[in-house]
Amino acid sequence: MKTEDALAFAFRAVRGYRTRSLLMMLAMAIGVAAVVLLTALGDGARQYVTGQFASLGTNLLIVLPGRSETTGGGLPMGMPATPRDLTLDDALALQRSRLVRRVAPIVVGSAAVSWGGRERDVPIMGSTAELEPVRHLTLAQGRFLPAGDPRRATPVCVLGTKVRDELFGAHRALGEWVRVGDRRFRVIGILASEGRSIGVDMEELVVVPVASAQMLFNAPSLFRILVEANGREAIGRAKQFVVRTLKARHQGEEDVTVVTQDAVLATFDNIFRALTLTVAGIGGISLAVAGILVMNVMLVAVSQRTAEIGLLKALGAPARQILLLFLAEAAMLSLLGAVLGVLVGEAGSLLLSHLYPVLPARAPLWAVGAGLGVAVGTGLLFGVLPARRAARLDPVQALARH
Amino acid sequence: MIRLEQVQRVFQVGDQAVHALDGVDLTIEPGEYVSIMGPSGSGKSTLLNILGLLDRPDAGRYLLEGRDVTGLTDAEQARVRRNQIGFVFQFFHLIPRMTAAENVELPLVLEGVEPAERRRRVDKVLAAVGLSDRARHRPDQLSGGQRQRVAIARATILEPTLLLTDEPTGNLDRASGLDIIEVLEALHEHGITLIIVTHDPDLGGRAHRRLHMVDGRIVGDERGGGHHED
Repeated sequence: MKTEDALAFAFRAVRGYRTRSLLMMLAMAIGVAAVVLLTALGDGARQYVTGQFASLGTNLLIVLPGRSETTGGGLPMGMPATPRDLTLDDALALQRSRLVRRVAPIVVGSAAVSWGGRERDVPIMGSTAELEPVRHLTLAQGRFLPAGDPRRATPVCVLGTKVRDELFGAHRALGEWVRVGDRRFRVIGILASEGRSIGVDMEELVVVPVASAQMLFNAPSLFRILVEANGREAIGRAKQFVVRTLKARHQGEEDVTVVTQDAVLATFDNIFRALTLTVAGIGGISLAVAGILVMNVMLVAVSQRTAEIGLLKALGAPARQILLLFLAEAAMLSLLGAVLGVLVGEAGSLLLSHLYPVLPARAPLWAVGAGLGVAVGTGLLFGVLPARRAARLDPVQALARH
Repeated sequence: MIRLEQVQRVFQVGDQAVHALDGVDLTIEPGEYVSIMGPSGSGKSTLLNILGLLDRPDAGRYLLEGRDVTGLTDAEQARVRRNQIGFVFQFFHLIPRMTAAENVELPLVLEGVEPAERRRRVDKVLAAVGLSDRARHRPDQLSGGQRQRVAIARATILEPTLLLTDEPTGNLDRASGLDIIEVLEALHEHGITLIIVTHDPDLGGRAHRRLHMVDGRIVGDERGGGHHED
């Protein structure tokens, strides 16, 4: 028997028993759609998070006060538990290297912001003009903090869009004076709406010069220092430079933690990859269930078509041929179901990314391929038992039973 | 030529051994027209199944055209069935989802014949049984007699030398039964060896050689007479 004839025969059997074929394809389709959709979700979440980190800036080093012990052990007895603060001078000292392109010191706090009788409690961020390029900020109106001596407390501020809307409504905000805490600041710019970015809502924020923020909160310490390395290759050496410089400035004590963005990114990437594999595995379980259904339905098909199998034997089909015909039928049903499942899954993820545009929910190609492959594999695997039963039927009994 | 030597076939029914065939010796020459008659359970269907290689004897030898086919493998026996033997059953055994032409084509498909050649041969045999205008009908759109003609066309499309029929008219009214017998007898006149298993003495009596079976043995073997007596 020619291969194309065998496939045509199997296809005719698939078409000949509509209800059975549709049920089986449906089961397979649900399994494959689950795999495609779940991996699309997992991978979308991964891309979302890594994208968020990338939007933080490029070649970024984040300097935090305090040493985070990753090797265990903890602090020896008698050592001070609270580390030395990071200061503005620490930040300025980091600028003196070819490895470092920009440095943005950051102070954060919260204060009441008011204008024209309206008052809101919002997060305040103190920084310098460098923050704009380091964090890839864009402005909707006006300009960002002016460059110049970071120790000068210029009374200017930049508002997030939500703060602008809530304080000013339809009124023009640029050039107005707002009260922040017990000081007055002139609005010089409005941040473009960019949504959330790793815990910081850039829409609900007021940015002021770092020295002004220190005066507002009456504290000289910095929350973070953002350091932009001079290119990707410089990240490692820039990190060493930062640690060395701050150690020297802190009486030889290594009391800061430097996190490279790459490390954070890689960690999240790994976590989400594992998550995606896990949900794909869960989808895989539904494929196995579909496989068992395939077996069931094929067993029913064999007992329904006993006479046909007997006839094929009488017409001179060897047992092996009958085995292959039934296997081809199972594989064909699985493949059709899987293709249907991929379509449903892709449509689902398209719908998802339409409903939640921030989530780039697209199944990775490997997941689609694996879904198809596993579906056909399951169909074949679970088709073996029924096909063997068909091949082993005794033709005399098969023909007699009518 | 068909030659059976001391063929035994034993079925286990409960704890009792039933001898469906009990030492059968039989020689059938090419081109013979043989009927096998006898009461139910006399072993006539078992004999037919053994002749058609659907069943294997427990003892004895079966020589088909001089070749011992008893010990052949499944694939070898399948090839012999495909090329040398045709079957016609009481219940037609057409595949319901296929058209008449597709049912007839099936042995050619199994044999691996090219599609163009298949079409040509299917048209020819369907014309021979007078069903050219029914080629695209499904079995449930055909009468019993037409279905059996399709089955005969299918059984003969690979031009076997031996045609085995088991109650070919058992499921038909008298007129279509007679019609089918005429088609079979025409095939015999063209040289095929025709073996008919039947209960019906009228039908069995038409054959040139009439075997009678009782309890797994051939107890009568008459020759002469034949199908002009009706």
